[in-house]
Amino acid sequence: MRTNPNRRGFLKRTAALAGTLALGGCDRLSEAPWFRQVLDSAENATLRAQRFLLGSSSLAREYTEADLSPVFKANGSTSIEDFDYQTLAAKDFVDWRLQVDGLVERPQQLSLAELRAMPSRTQITRHDCVEGWSCIGKWTGVPLAHVLEQAGVQPQARYVVFRCADTLEPTLDGSGQYYESIGFEDAYHPQTILAYKMNGRPLPIPHGAPLRLRVERQLGYKMAKYIMRIELVESFAGISRGRGGFWEDRGYEWYAGI
Amino acid sequence: MVEQPRIFIRRHSVLVRVTHWINAGCLLILLMSGLQIFNAHPALYWGQASAFDHPVLALTTTSSDESGIRGVTRFFGYAFDTTGVLGASPSPGGVMQVRGFPSWLTVPSYQDLATGRRWHFFFAWLLVLNGVVYLLYSVASRHLMSDLVPTRPQLRLIGHTVWEHLLLRFPRGDDARHYNVLQKLAYLIVALVLLPLMVLTGLTMSPGIDAAFPELLTFFGGRQSARMIHFLAASGLVLFVIVHVAMVLLSGAWNNLRSMITGTYVLPGGIHAHES
Repeated sequence: MRTNPNRRGFLKRTAALAGTLALGGCDRLSEAPWFRQVLDSAENATLRAQRFLLGSSSLAREYTEADLSPVFKANGSTSIEDFDYQTLAAKDFVDWRLQVDGLVERPQQLSLAELRAMPSRTQITRHDCVEGWSCIGKWTGVPLAHVLEQAGVQPQARYVVFRCADTLEPTLDGSGQYYESIGFEDAYHPQTILAYKMNGRPLPIPHGAPLRLRVERQLGYKMAKYIMRIELVESFAGISRGRGGFWEDRGYEWYAGI
Repeated sequence: MVEQPRIFIRRHSVLVRVTHWINAGCLLILLMSGLQIFNAHPALYWGQASAFDHPVLALTTTSSDESGIRGVTRFFGYAFDTTGVLGASPSPGGVMQVRGFPSWLTVPSYQDLATGRRWHFFFAWLLVLNGVVYLLYSVASRHLMSDLVPTRPQLRLIGHTVWEHLLLRFPRGDDARHYNVLQKLAYLIVALVLLPLMVLTGLTMSPGIDAAFPELLTFFGGRQSARMIHFLAASGLVLFVIVHVAMVLLSGAWNNLRSMITGTYVLPGGIHAHES
């Protein structure tokens, strides 16, 4: 078996060229709107399949005290420069009020003490980051369902939007402000709570003090930290870049069940 | 070369051929988008959660003034300098950057977790649907039982077959009408073990699926264990593809390739049929 060195060189160059074209092709396809739409169609398939398999009541696994992560990684914003927030934090959030408005019968202004006086739920659950790591923590908070019932959700409302104090990306138009949204399947789920305690202590600032959301059947980025306002809406198309959340506006799935 | 009558046979059914190539394409994209996703947190742990201080495998970076950034792969506490490939590798423009796997192994080539996930989940759905079609067909048409499950005589002679393969002597004549025992075992392991394992460990990483089927967490020993098994099974598939392609090339590249495209295969005769 003889191989002509020229031929070998030619084959090598062809292979390298094909590789470059294929790679470049994938990059270009990633940026082509029509192809992106094709790829994004998988999210709807996942959403439908998981809604079918999950039903409304299946619970995320709960762990024991022994499983608590010794180090719970804090991701995204871990501190806030904002002066108003700093002022609230300096006084242990006694002046902080959770605003509940939008499509509700009775808009609310709830203090931390009022939230703590409501029925509470404590759960030890696993927090799964979209990056791939997991940590186990103990969360105490008021079921979101309770707060929503108190406010009285209007029938045309379809999403619960969480407005946060942190700006994760400085932008001129304010679209770098963190926000998130969930549907009612998750909002009324028994493990969906507004947590004010983590591992038995007041929620620390890196983890979203004074209040963060827990949506245990989805990924970490859905669980908005530093919540200032809960707004009920019919559509989130008009909010920020219109995809339903800070990371959703940057290409991530609105349904983060996987 | 003595002219011998060439015997053409139908090697692969059209369904096997179509699902084979869809599967091959999916696997390539799933591997490269999977490495993109892995790069977002290039470390593996055993158990339910991540013990950040004790990864089993971690692709890390160190930097110093003299040598710039260097890639360090940590495996069970041992550190290896893997600059250029793992931990730190040059961008397409030639600048050394912090990166788990290098850009030529990921889709997209630049760091973009969101887009990597979009590619991964779309082609994961395609892989699963394709796999379901293939498995249903294989059972219904008896492809599985008659073509893939080894016969007793084949299993008895497995030592001989391994030896022949090591000498690169492949079955010819009537023996080449069927898969040999090593092919059968390799294909069965891929179709019934590795690929289902990929799908199940992938689903175990989903917090939604974990709520619906907590048994998955118990079975794989936790979400982080599932992530590691996902990585290991993917490595197994890469190993399979390397050997598979090598065997295709060594045992009559064109004949094998044609049989998987048109379905037609020429039985290798007594003399080496391909002097290429």
